Amino acid sequence: MIKRAYFKSSYLPYLLILPQVLITLTFFYWPALQGLIQSFLLSDPFGQSSKFVWFYNYLEIFRDPLYLKSIVTTVVFSLAVASVSISLGLFIATMANRALQATALVRTLLIWPYAVAPAISGILWLFLLHPSYGVVALGINTWFGAEWNPVLNGNDAMIMITMAASWKQISYNFVFFMAGLQAIPKSLIEAAAIDGASPFKRFWAITFPLLSPTFFFLSVMNIIYSFFETFGVIHTVTQGGPGGSTNILVYKVYQDGFVGLNLGSSSAQSVVLMSLIILITVLQFKYVEKKVQYTG
Amino acid sequence: MVEKTPILDTFTYVFLVLGIFIVGFPIIYSLIAATLPLEDVSKVPIPLIPGDQFMVNMKEAWTRGNLGTQIFNSFVMATGITIGKISISIIGAFSIVYFDYRLRVVAFASVFCTLMLPVEVRIMPTYEVAANVLGPLQALWDVLHLNTLVSWFVGHDFEMILNWSLLDSYTGLIMPLIASATCTFLFRQFFLTVPEELCEAAKMDGASPMTFFRKILFPLSKTNIAALVVIEFVYGYNQYLWPLLVTTNPDMTTAVIGLQDLIPQADDLPEWNVALAGALLVMLPPVLVVMSMQRWFVKGLIEKEK
Repeated sequence: MIKRAYFKSSYLPYLLILPQVLITLTFFYWPALQGLIQSFLLSDPFGQSSKFVWFYNYLEIFRDPLYLKSIVTTVVFSLAVASVSISLGLFIATMANRALQATALVRTLLIWPYAVAPAISGILWLFLLHPSYGVVALGINTWFGAEWNPVLNGNDAMIMITMAASWKQISYNFVFFMAGLQAIPKSLIEAAAIDGASPFKRFWAITFPLLSPTFFFLSVMNIIYSFFETFGVIHTVTQGGPGGSTNILVYKVYQDGFVGLNLGSSSAQSVVLMSLIILITVLQFKYVEKKVQYTG
Repeated sequence: MVEKTPILDTFTYVFLVLGIFIVGFPIIYSLIAATLPLEDVSKVPIPLIPGDQFMVNMKEAWTRGNLGTQIFNSFVMATGITIGKISISIIGAFSIVYFDYRLRVVAFASVFCTLMLPVEVRIMPTYEVAANVLGPLQALWDVLHLNTLVSWFVGHDFEMILNWSLLDSYTGLIMPLIASATCTFLFRQFFLTVPEELCEAAKMDGASPMTFFRKILFPLSKTNIAALVVIEFVYGYNQYLWPLLVTTNPDMTTAVIGLQDLIPQADDLPEWNVALAGALLVMLPPVLVVMSMQRWFVKGLIEKEK
């Protein structure tokens, strides 16, 4: 789209867009292309020689049980993070929206975890859930009678990184739901109240459907967040362990590429990851955006 | 709200306070732990009365983790990303929205393809580019067999080797993270809502494109810029994977990465008080930025959705 009134110049627009194009070419297209080429090559770990092997690397990663496990781990992890942080964010936002006098104060009290780095959030939760020093771990052990040990037990480790990753995301979701809630016309709610709908009924029949665009947008954003930005959480808290139980895809790319020096496999994994994100984004734009309700 | 619901209202406030407490708990607990001496922080649960060791722990974390240098590095990186991204984006969006030229659609499409793909998906090859940022140029040179051409031209053997490594440098920390279209997209969306009459009037008064940009468009974009400053600063400061790879020298790494060394491992003394003091110190700058610029930050986040 372009403006009705626009400028004409033979060199200026090129000059203005040049920095962005140069940076995008050097640090996006060129690496992406290299990654794509690399994923069809099999090279020795020292980078001395390489051989064109068609889809060998792709077949190999999908035959690798560790990779398949990593896919399952990533799906479980991202769904867990998205559902925990979205439902808590929605819950708190609904409550805050009812407490009309204190909205600004509540927002200030809830917004700052957004600014905490995922890795630091990981450190805080590691302390709370540490098997020998953590206070929440102590609570779990005494009240639920469970043997909480994220260092040895894969499920416990998964719960730990889910908590660390979701905590920070609650405030992000809160901000969006709060904005969404305040955009809903008061008259709709009042009309329903006059018709005798209870507050709960009103929430499910009016507020929730009207929030659906926000809801879907946040689902996509949270899933993308848990795919990539949680790298810091995993690296500080579990390093993918125990036994690969928290080894999500992006961490595996890092481990196979930079620690294991298996370039072909790591590039193939990157390409798969990239296609997955493109797919999610396209789905969001093409499909979900049309299916959900929009206000005004 | 609409009708009187005293019971529900009570529940609302109870849950709200509970929610705020749950969200705040990790910080409150860490804040207390950071004030305790080692023998108290090893107890489970820790005593809930703050101790008097806060400054001692802070100082210990500061020196042991080399936090002064690393927080400075984080600052440089975050500021560089913020300024770089915003200035490149705003002129790029200006070019796309306000000019008509042949390659406009190509430029637009090629930049916007990068919208949702973070640096993490192309991490290995981006690292290779950072190791030699002139690599693409070298490849072009080789493909065109320019060595042979130049050798023939100057009459003796000639070989061009271009090498410029960005590893362990601020440029290397900043540049690859600027390659993202989010800001450009936001500015484009905003420019499209600017009334047509402003540009028409400016043209009628004989303003050049850059005068229009400087005198009208830029001042109008100030709130958007403020919002993006907050978002990009937090984004830059909290980066993890890229600084982890591109820096190996501890004096060049960022604070969020450096904190890793303070976490007590299985065989160490459980000095959680020092680790948490360090963590609190490192998280302070972005938290302060978000808190003090809350209004713009919320606006910016919401606009990013559109």
